[in-house]
Amino acid sequence: MSTPASDNAAPSAWLLSLPALVFFAVIVIVPLIMTVVLSFHDWGEYKGIQPVFILKNWIEIWSDPYFGEMFARTFRIAILVTLITAVFGAPEAYILNRMRAPWRGIFVLVLLGPLLISIVARTLGWALLFGGNSGVVNAALMKLGVISSPIPFMFTETGVIIALAHVLMPFMVLSVWAALQRVDPQIENAAASLGAGHFTTLRRVIFPQIVPGVLSGGIIVFALSASAFATPAIIGGRRLKVAATLAYDEFLNTLNWPLGAAVATLLLVCLVVTIVGANRLIERRYAEVFR
Amino acid sequence: MSFLVLRELKKTYGDFVAVEALSLDVQRGEFISLLGPSGCGKTTTLQMVAGFVEPTGGAILLDGHDLVAMKPSRRGLGVVFQSYALFPHMTAAENVAFGLEMQKVGRAERDERVRNALELVGLGGFAERYPRRMSGGQQQRVALARALVIRPHVLLLDEPLSNLDAKLREEMQIELRQIQRTVGTTTILVTHDQSEAMALSDRIVVMNGGRVEQIAAPQEAYERPATPFVAGFLGKTNELSGTARVEGGETRVVIADGRWASRRPIDGAVIASVRPEKIAFADCAAGRLTGLVKTRIFQGNHWLYRIETLAGQVFVIRQNGGEPMPAENDKVGLTWRPEDMALRAADGRR
Amino acid sequence: MTRNGPLALLYHALFVVFMLAPIVIVCIVAFTPEGYLSLPTHGLSLRWFRTIAQYPEFIRAFWVSIWLGALSSAIALSLSVPAALAIARYRFKGRDALATLFMSPLMIPPVVLGIAFLRFFSLVGLGGTFVGLVLSHVVIVFPFALRLTLASAVGMDRAIEQAAVSLGASDWTVFRRVTLPLILPGLVSGWALAFIQSFDEVTMTVFVAAPGTETLPVRMFLYIQDNIDPLVTSVSASVIALTAIALVALDRLYGLERLLAGRGINEP
Repeated sequence: MSTPASDNAAPSAWLLSLPALVFFAVIVIVPLIMTVVLSFHDWGEYKGIQPVFILKNWIEIWSDPYFGEMFARTFRIAILVTLITAVFGAPEAYILNRMRAPWRGIFVLVLLGPLLISIVARTLGWALLFGGNSGVVNAALMKLGVISSPIPFMFTETGVIIALAHVLMPFMVLSVWAALQRVDPQIENAAASLGAGHFTTLRRVIFPQIVPGVLSGGIIVFALSASAFATPAIIGGRRLKVAATLAYDEFLNTLNWPLGAAVATLLLVCLVVTIVGANRLIERRYAEVFR
Repeated sequence: MSFLVLRELKKTYGDFVAVEALSLDVQRGEFISLLGPSGCGKTTTLQMVAGFVEPTGGAILLDGHDLVAMKPSRRGLGVVFQSYALFPHMTAAENVAFGLEMQKVGRAERDERVRNALELVGLGGFAERYPRRMSGGQQQRVALARALVIRPHVLLLDEPLSNLDAKLREEMQIELRQIQRTVGTTTILVTHDQSEAMALSDRIVVMNGGRVEQIAAPQEAYERPATPFVAGFLGKTNELSGTARVEGGETRVVIADGRWASRRPIDGAVIASVRPEKIAFADCAAGRLTGLVKTRIFQGNHWLYRIETLAGQVFVIRQNGGEPMPAENDKVGLTWRPEDMALRAADGRR
Repeated sequence: MTRNGPLALLYHALFVVFMLAPIVIVCIVAFTPEGYLSLPTHGLSLRWFRTIAQYPEFIRAFWVSIWLGALSSAIALSLSVPAALAIARYRFKGRDALATLFMSPLMIPPVVLGIAFLRFFSLVGLGGTFVGLVLSHVVIVFPFALRLTLASAVGMDRAIEQAAVSLGASDWTVFRRVTLPLILPGLVSGWALAFIQSFDEVTMTVFVAAPGTETLPVRMFLYIQDNIDPLVTSVSASVIALTAIALVALDRLYGLERLLAGRGINEP
């Protein structure tokens, strides 16, 4: 028999969780609430932050097309990055899963290891590769005859998308790989024994089983790229703003904290709604697969 | 008063009744088994005695003292778990010494008692070995030594042999019984294995769905099961419908074309329960239950027969004594002694 | 299982090149003998690694990062152990909500956290202090500490503790002599993973750190914002080398797959 819950579970459980709970209440919840409140405060260049309740910042975000454009860019980048990681990461996870020891272990380290390497260092690598017109990527592409004139990567959405796809790719590979590990290794042989060709097996047997992995990996990649900061800041520069870099500018350059807080709050709300909604959808659609 | 008393012990989880008003008196030195299928409440009962589960109602008295009010760590009971639950980061000797350390037993006495306990279970040379470097049987013995070394008032065994293979399990059964006899510790064993319960215990408590079906010595429960569940759970049995009529000082039982005389006063439609090994083959004389041998399976020391009779299918087990046995499609008569047949009213009355 | 075909292996090779290219280029450029960013075509040189020593702000930032990671991971771990035991052992009302709350730093964008901390700390007088930095890092590494602690608490046979209790051990003795030694490997890995997360964090820290309490990634980020030169490349290469060593060690100790599995936002 499974261990039944003891009768006085709740008090001891809360007592044990109390230190962490208090910490979170004070250091996470209170500051978040204060941020939301801050977004309703007034600000002026000379008067600073005025603790009043006004909708000024929210109206500004709503009415100024600059913010709409910036949020559209943020989510456009996030969607494209998600698609790229899914299209390229899922096959790689499949290949990785079919490798034998010790190669599999080595490439797991090679492909997932970058996850733990500083984002700044990885993005710097892309800045070096793109490096204006003389960058390695353009030089190689021109030598191969793929392009005749250098593609501008630095300070463009293309560059940001490629670098972000690289930074977040391990999450997708990891997620799809986790789904693949739940697949019975004999299942391909079973399909083959029933007369299915390799491609048919992939399409009809393997693919449906990794869809949940792609979707949950997609949620992670989407959320992380929509809130990404260092990569768009370095590759996108000061001109190509996304939500996170804009909020940063309002806080540390313009010093208009209330407006920055409003941008941040909006980003948080958008993300939470997207993630929770997508999770619900996936869980309902794939409830039996996830079990 | 008995040594250990469970009185109207009850455990519910919301609407689910895990154990329903269980009462049991255990004598000092007795070996009791709680036997039943999984989910019957036997483990919950043991955990209530050990103190890991709080009873919803009822009392547990040990030598007259209320056990429920006592912390599990103060109860002084030895527990052997199904998973053995050895401390993986301690050697066999350290595992066994742990309980003595908690009792603040002095170093010299502790070492002495640990050595004796390990020797008792036949692990004299394994004191410094870590559990993960021991076989299942050896781990089992360490767990037993760890529980016994604290000289527990009662030894609680939770399916201790279920993780061992069949051969080792039989050996351990004999050894366990021997050790329990030597030490004389009052013991409660939880098991779902009826042969294990019968081999080891002085009395068995057959449980089903949170209720006690029967408390009796193993042979009595086997020969005279109190309920159909007990009859079915303790080995194979044939359940045959018939009629009974009291005539003079006797009860005449009729099952299809077979007739028996019984001393049990019962009237009307009855169910007769007969163990397969109690049935003998005979010729097809009048007044005998007759049937056709449908299948015959050789099982080493015995034959298993399936006979098609007018009263339905009957299983018969005959020892393989070397004499000629009926073959498939033979017509046979079946007999058994009236006292080997348990009778109960077909409508559920006893 | 069947082998990967040649086409699959070619794809795999290109994929690996894509994943490693930016990391490798940083390490190569760091060895340039020139005074400007370039591939070291005329021999390798350590001059830019030596130059790091002349920039005390990088050295100081490095030590801030080390102390910050060690301290915040230790605090996060000591908070997460009792919480993990509660979540692993008991079924109680609010359990799921509690787990969601503790995992929430993974879901909240670090920019938002950074802004919230900046506002909060400046109001309570912790703005730009090391204490504020530690508190904020405890929050972001907590989910990682909790997850590994939780995994080892869930994986532990409850009967082992019950055995100790039945032998007369008090709650505290059970924890000290049985529970803690058994979950220790998980705790060590949890601390290491938390340390790496703290050491890498830049987005949230940019808001909380002030000159003097800047961490290494923040210093690197701010430096890159101004200009990219071989110096920051050699600093990055050093960071990559350190991480790679830690990575291989962690892989040996705990298994990288196990460490990273489910490192998502929809956790636990």
